[in-house]
Amino acid sequence: MKKLLIALMTTTAALSLAATAEAQEKLKACWVYTGPIGDFGYSYQHDQGRLQVEKALGDKVETAYLENVSEGPDADRAFERLAREGCKIIFGTSFGFMDPEVKVAKKFPKVMFEHATGYKTADNLGIYNARFYEGRYVLGQIAAKESKAGVAGYIVSFPIPEVVMGINSFMLGAQSINPDFKAKIVWVNSWFDPGKEADAAKALFDQGADIIVQHTDSTAALQVAEERGLQGFGQSSDMIKFAPKAQLTSIVDDWGPYYISRVKAALDGTWKPGNVWLGIKDGAVKLAPFTNMPDDVKAMAEATTKKISDGWNPFTGPIAKQDGTPWLKNGEVADDATLLGMNFYVKGVDDKLPQ
Amino acid sequence: MDITVNILLTIATAATPLLIAAIGELVVERSGVLNLGVEGMMIMGAVGGFGAGYLTGSPWIGLLAAIALGALFSLLFAVMTLSLATNQVATGLSLTLLGLGLSGMMGTSFVGQPGQRLPNLDIPGLTSIPVVGRLLFGQDPIFYISIALTAAVMWFLFRTRTGLTLRSIGDSHTSAHALGIQVIRYRYLAVIFGGACAGLAGGHLSLVYTPQWVENMTAGRGWIALALVVFASWRPWRVLAGAYIFGAVWIGQLHAQAFGIPVPSQLLSSLPYLATVVVLVLISRNKRLTMMNTPASLGQPFVPDR
Repeated sequence: MKKLLIALMTTTAALSLAATAEAQEKLKACWVYTGPIGDFGYSYQHDQGRLQVEKALGDKVETAYLENVSEGPDADRAFERLAREGCKIIFGTSFGFMDPEVKVAKKFPKVMFEHATGYKTADNLGIYNARFYEGRYVLGQIAAKESKAGVAGYIVSFPIPEVVMGINSFMLGAQSINPDFKAKIVWVNSWFDPGKEADAAKALFDQGADIIVQHTDSTAALQVAEERGLQGFGQSSDMIKFAPKAQLTSIVDDWGPYYISRVKAALDGTWKPGNVWLGIKDGAVKLAPFTNMPDDVKAMAEATTKKISDGWNPFTGPIAKQDGTPWLKNGEVADDATLLGMNFYVKGVDDKLPQ
Repeated sequence: MDITVNILLTIATAATPLLIAAIGELVVERSGVLNLGVEGMMIMGAVGGFGAGYLTGSPWIGLLAAIALGALFSLLFAVMTLSLATNQVATGLSLTLLGLGLSGMMGTSFVGQPGQRLPNLDIPGLTSIPVVGRLLFGQDPIFYISIALTAAVMWFLFRTRTGLTLRSIGDSHTSAHALGIQVIRYRYLAVIFGGACAGLAGGHLSLVYTPQWVENMTAGRGWIALALVVFASWRPWRVLAGAYIFGAVWIGQLHAQAFGIPVPSQLLSSLPYLATVVVLVLISRNKRLTMMNTPASLGQPFVPDR
């Protein structure tokens, strides 16, 4: 009897040892998205990053995600559930997940947390963001070269710093080529409504714009450009399939390399909470191939992309605010804090910022 | 002149899906059934229309698939609420939730793929007439269907015996039942008609408005259609007016913004909703007439007991 008991005990011990060994081998990395992964935009790109992690790290990791998680109290539960299910590293990919993540991170000190586009950190919570404005400067230059009317139509969602920063960067780029360049700005008050975005594009084209830029997530506006024989830029993903003749380029979010490096760090045990704002030079912001433009414009766009990649910031003075008051002196570079809280237009923007 | 024509065309495109979905729901509600699943049936139509068009290469097959899928999906609602007498509000809401989720799952492989677009009407000689040519003879096929559908529903409800029967069921299903009318059968047909319309409206989104598939692409249009029916006090021509007022104010405010009129965009964006409510309240301010139009047994389950 005693023998049997010992035999049983050893087997159980061996089994549990085997289980821990396996658990140590496989790290569970998890993501929380605010939109559906089928939006072919923001959340889609984050999920592409997750798939890259799976591909790069193979059977060392196991991934999971929750989509369509609304920002607010509901997010608490999402993060807590993932932490309880054994996720060792959790990425929250939307601004509104900030407070829920801080709260849940405190409860699970052994789990590593990462939050995109926010500003609160903790001992086990790092933050990351991407400098999309760098790409928008290049778009501005291309638009100024390509537009015959000298007017772009700009479809925007909500007046948050991220969006305002984008408009400003775009205009600075355009004005560096054509000082009289104008942008007609239309707020659709939605991140994602293909119908509304298409309507806005039609209205802008009808009023004389011949290039469309967007800070909303669907391909609808580009499709209108394609139908009308005009041009435009994609957003978040490469949308060339939807507008083979109209897309000039597209700002593509590539989170893959960052996610791979962070999950790797978690595997090696070298993970520490960070605070990074990645740009073109880190490969997090990419520009889709420059198409449907003459070679000299393409060369210019490539040169500007390289310049930014080498460390030049589009927000380098002299830059004046919309009302003409000076903002940045000659050669002065805007600091990140000002950019992340940007709530004013630069000179030449023809719109009143909704407050 | 060209810009006016363009604006009118844009308004028609924006109003068409609302009009079709609302007309379908109007018939359903006139029969005394409240189906809150319009959004769900619409998104099923959108994914079905896109999928069939994409897989077969024919937007026309896509159109048929959109109608079929919307109708099929509404059948689920009909079985639940009519045969099993479940609560209509709860069933309708769950139909919307189910539709949004199911369509996302069905459409996974369609994301990021350009779809088929239904061609605009092009009649040699007529479409090229300046100004009116494109407005009358150059729009997408679903636009013409929507107008014909509105006229047909008006005629059916108020000029035919079957229409009268349908309305009487909506007003009092017990009396209708006592008269020997097959309440459940009529309601089944009405619900399926409503589903087919919602599916068609969804097909308009993914085959004409924005030929693509993305999750949640209806973006609340089903709910606007539902609201239009109530504000239109269950009169087809008012649904038409409401849908076009909504479209006109929405497109108008986009143009106002692009033109640089310094009004807060948040206010402008809410204008279509405000304007539609105000106008429809004004035209239905005759209380007695509104009461007369409201289906009295709307939303009540019917269980024949004799």
